Amino acid sequence: MATSSVSKGCFVFKPGSKKRKRIADAEDYFVDGNADCAYGKERFITCQRLWEKIKTDTELLQDDLNKKILDSLLEFIKKCSLSFQSRADDWASLMRENEIPTAALVLGVNVPDHDVTFQSLSDLLQESITPFAVSVQAQECAALKNLMQRVLERLMGAGVSVEDEEDDTSMSLPKKRVSCSMSALCQWYKTVTKKQSVKSPGKKCSSVNVFSENPPILVIFKDFEAFNPRVLQDFILICSRYIQELPLIFIFGIATSPSTIQHMLPHSVSSLLCIELFQSLSCTQHLATVIDKLILTSQYPFKLSGKVLQVLVSIFLYHDFSVRNFVKGLQLALLEHYHSQPLSVLCCEKEEFLAYAQKLSHHDVEMVRQLPSFMRYVEAQDAQEQVQLLTSDEHVKVVCRRLLKDLRKYHKNYYPILRCLHTLTSSLPKYPLGKQIRELHISCLEKNIWETNEYESAMQLLRLLAKDELVATLKKCVDILKSGKTKKMRSALQQLEDYVVKFEQLGNVSVEDLNEEEVTSPGKDLQKKTDLFQLQKTLLEMKGSRRSKKMSPFELLRNETLGVIDGLVRSHLTPPELQPLHEVCYYSSSGILRRHLNAAPRTSIQTALSHPFYYLQNVSLKTDAGTVSNAAPDICIAYKLHLECGRLINLYDWLEAYATVASAAEGKDPDSEEYGKVDELKHARFIQAVSELEFLGFVKSTKQKTDHVARLTWGGC
Amino acid sequence: MRRIKNPPVSRYHPTNTPSPPPPSVTPAQNTHSFGSSNSARERKWRHNSEVTLLPAARQSARISLVCVDVFCGSGFRRMLKMPGAALQCSGYPEDKLQTLTERLTCREVQTGTLLSLMGEPEQYSYPSVFVYGHRATGKSHVLLTLLTHLQLPHAAVSCVECVSAGLMFEQVLSALFGPDAASLLPRCPSLSDFVRIYRQACVQHPAQQTRYIVVEKAELLRDMEANLLPALLRLQELVDDNVTVFLLSEIVWEKFRPNTGCFEPLLLHFPDYTKAELLHILSRDSHPSHTPEFYSSYINILLGVFYSVCRDLRELRHLAALNFSKFCEPLEKGEARESDTHKLWRNMEPHLKKAMQSVYLREVSSVQWEQQQVDEKEATSLRGLSAHTHVELPYYSKFLLIAAYLASYNPARTDRRFFLKHHGKMKKTNFLKKHEKTSNHLLGPKPFPLDRLLAIFYSVVDSRVAPTASVFSQISSLVTLQLLTQVGHDDQLDSPKYKCAVSLDFILAISRTVSFDIVRYLYDFL
Repeated sequence: MATSSVSKGCFVFKPGSKKRKRIADAEDYFVDGNADCAYGKERFITCQRLWEKIKTDTELLQDDLNKKILDSLLEFIKKCSLSFQSRADDWASLMRENEIPTAALVLGVNVPDHDVTFQSLSDLLQESITPFAVSVQAQECAALKNLMQRVLERLMGAGVSVEDEEDDTSMSLPKKRVSCSMSALCQWYKTVTKKQSVKSPGKKCSSVNVFSENPPILVIFKDFEAFNPRVLQDFILICSRYIQELPLIFIFGIATSPSTIQHMLPHSVSSLLCIELFQSLSCTQHLATVIDKLILTSQYPFKLSGKVLQVLVSIFLYHDFSVRNFVKGLQLALLEHYHSQPLSVLCCEKEEFLAYAQKLSHHDVEMVRQLPSFMRYVEAQDAQEQVQLLTSDEHVKVVCRRLLKDLRKYHKNYYPILRCLHTLTSSLPKYPLGKQIRELHISCLEKNIWETNEYESAMQLLRLLAKDELVATLKKCVDILKSGKTKKMRSALQQLEDYVVKFEQLGNVSVEDLNEEEVTSPGKDLQKKTDLFQLQKTLLEMKGSRRSKKMSPFELLRNETLGVIDGLVRSHLTPPELQPLHEVCYYSSSGILRRHLNAAPRTSIQTALSHPFYYLQNVSLKTDAGTVSNAAPDICIAYKLHLECGRLINLYDWLEAYATVASAAEGKDPDSEEYGKVDELKHARFIQAVSELEFLGFVKSTKQKTDHVARLTWGGC
Repeated sequence: MRRIKNPPVSRYHPTNTPSPPPPSVTPAQNTHSFGSSNSARERKWRHNSEVTLLPAARQSARISLVCVDVFCGSGFRRMLKMPGAALQCSGYPEDKLQTLTERLTCREVQTGTLLSLMGEPEQYSYPSVFVYGHRATGKSHVLLTLLTHLQLPHAAVSCVECVSAGLMFEQVLSALFGPDAASLLPRCPSLSDFVRIYRQACVQHPAQQTRYIVVEKAELLRDMEANLLPALLRLQELVDDNVTVFLLSEIVWEKFRPNTGCFEPLLLHFPDYTKAELLHILSRDSHPSHTPEFYSSYINILLGVFYSVCRDLRELRHLAALNFSKFCEPLEKGEARESDTHKLWRNMEPHLKKAMQSVYLREVSSVQWEQQQVDEKEATSLRGLSAHTHVELPYYSKFLLIAAYLASYNPARTDRRFFLKHHGKMKKTNFLKKHEKTSNHLLGPKPFPLDRLLAIFYSVVDSRVAPTASVFSQISSLVTLQLLTQVGHDDQLDSPKYKCAVSLDFILAISRTVSFDIVRYLYDFL
């Protein structure tokens, strides 16, 4: 069963009840949740549309990335199915053991992503090679029986009995019982292929002709490692008995390394297979492409702030390597943004935001005025303009539209320049600005990149670049800028092109100049000096003279070019926080995202126990930090009391303390006889609280001391 | 009560009956022949026969029993003529026996034994026979060729295919009595259902000839229902029919015998082929465009290389087919003639040695191997399966794996020493205890609880890691990737235990990528 959950883990699936309550539409959350703001519906629609676009784009991207490996796999399968047909005539193939052709598909450890690959693989197979492709997962094949059943079921498209009483649900009618064996499959295959070959000369040419006469039967083991080796071995043994009659081909989806095949299958079994290896793209490359196409583009109005991107990337790198989860995280950010930010209605295509900005209500304009970036903008204006902005709604709307257009332009300039800077710096030794473009992007989002030391050192290294390298990278930059559509980009392109031309012209002239230069090298009188102080002095002088030394035309030109690039960086790579109205497009609450995607169960349990108000939202539970109201649930009180104890907790003392707190909660007079007395009810409540704590793993019974329990958690939260 | 419909006159012609060997020959050498326990069972069987058989048959039964004693004795070999002599058994047409002799070359002794055990088609045969021998020693081949060629009614099932006993019953019934009988089986048939339906079918189709049931890979019977093996062994009694069960297995009968005791089958061993026999068999499938002598010289070279590592006939034949084109190469180029054996040998031997390291171990597939022979140059470009060991893992997964490795191979006592900054003074002599001096790496990984794994993880990982759900889910994905294994299945809620299942080389490679010097933390390398 599939989940829509972002994280991998353990899920409980309750049997679906027939009568389901009307589930609140996602749209309702947008509309009802924020009664204070209109445009809930519009925001929802924009969000949906954007997500659809992102989704189809990622799917296309993934298909593209998988294309190479899938094509070679298809080639392999075609070859195998051909060899099945031409087997009878050759001497060598008669003598050879009939091995089952097997493709070992190494996909990397990002198991959640494999589904997409397998889906497109089986789609491809279905449409071009064979209608008989089945995929099985380890989860559903605990025993050989189940594996056989799954394979047969999916191939023959009918309920197959395994002679198991509990499997009645899958059986539709016990009329035509097919035993779940390979021989049954054999017979079925014969009848099916016969039918096809009878049919094919007739009318149904279009659909049947796609496949060859005897289409191979493909069995895809999606998660090879998770299979029980015993089951797999037996299955292969059975299949090898029928390989003469059935053109079987296996595909193993391997997450770790191909040597697991040898770990799982003994030689007697692996000698029945003819294994060929297919290696897929690594997931880091995959992520780089996804980021390149989804994030580093001005195509989508929705943007992630540096921190949010950092969270998503670090979840990817540190935890799961799963591109699918990365995209899911992006989706969550998108939803959160449109849901929580009322002004996100303006985060859409140009025509739409112009229209919406026109329609803003007074309330919305107030919200715009309260945006920190807008306030900063207002402060920067002169007095008269300030008054206008603070009083006239109409004026704000006009300014808003202008600012939004500016923001759009900013993005259009930002990404090409970012790419240029990355191509320039990515070939430098030690990668001062990061190896991946996403690292550069994140640092650009967070601060003025030109103020950092890394940028400084990168520029210094660039100033030492040789001519051919520099020209090559400049040409690459020119190519990048060609896609820019704004005026500024075009002028930048023009500038760079000019420089490339100048560099090339320089090549013809400058040879003689360089020779001239070398004659004046001031190293001759160095040998005479033996005094250390003198030597130092001369060296210093030489350094000074070199600085003032006349530079060659190439060096001059190089510095000039880099100056231009530096100017471009300074004008276009400003962090988005400085742009007015950036809040409209940028989603920046990384904390929420982190909490949702990378949940910490222990932290939330401890929050629940120490601050019950946080979850229960009951006013009577609201207390100062560090204390617990005596009206809190029993387990919270017990937990709070246990925090004050050492490694071993005396149960009786604990009970006494608990009884005191509980009596206070009942509002008893502290001086009365009854106060703090343990009655049966309190005793029972206490015991329950303690056993709940034990279940949660905070205490455990111990044999070291009678009537004591051991405390298991320390410090933290 | 057992009845024979057509009482045979005699099982063996007096001329064919081998003269009983001196009794001293029988027991000593053959460990798998009948022990003392068997004699009681034999007596019983003889007793049964004596009650039921007609006086005329009695004599023959006795004779056949004598033969049974003899078959497994080493003296029997002497009695059969040298390989190539035609099999002889009354009740079967001569010409068929002749072709059988040709087909079952090098297995004459065993075939003869089987034939004498089976007797004439109408005669009752021994209830069950256990045939054992290594892989590819011709057990099923001999038996199935016998049965099909002599057109005897039989059912052959392989236990590996029978995921449930019901499947086996179904296959047996439909092979012996047709699909109608099999369809009578209820949905989830028990053994008694099988026996009942067998009896019913038996009434409709009374046995004209002995029926045979061949059960391949019989070792798997032990894992199926407990009553199946004993019942198969005395199926003749249960269904009251002339039926014999052959159990074929690669392991000896001693490993089968249930504690509750059972009917002891006759044992028949198929010894491995000798080198000469292998040569003889392999030479038979010579290439049509070359002379048989040429091919057998090729096989001779092949056996010279491979005989020391592989005696599996099937595998050898496969290798022979794969490499033959290479052997013929000098001929095609005109560099050598068929008679230049030495030249051909020099050309071939290094190639075969390479084959032994790659294609024989299935490091490269046979298709790739053939491809490689064709293109020749790319020989080095193909890497075997085991060469790919690099695994990319997420950052924390790497550290979790490192922590698991440390927990598996270090004694828990030493954790203080490795992971605490101020662990106080631990005397070296005290620290290195004697019994732990034997390398932990030789003993293999030890199980460790989850708590210890996490404690080590937090101390080796360089940054502060929140104990988030994804850290825990990474542990479980390491288990599904078979880099960790979970130990014990009860009470996983409380404290699951794990073992690290990766090698030292693997973990060294992993820790190098995160620049963690794992050797400094391993107790064995102090």
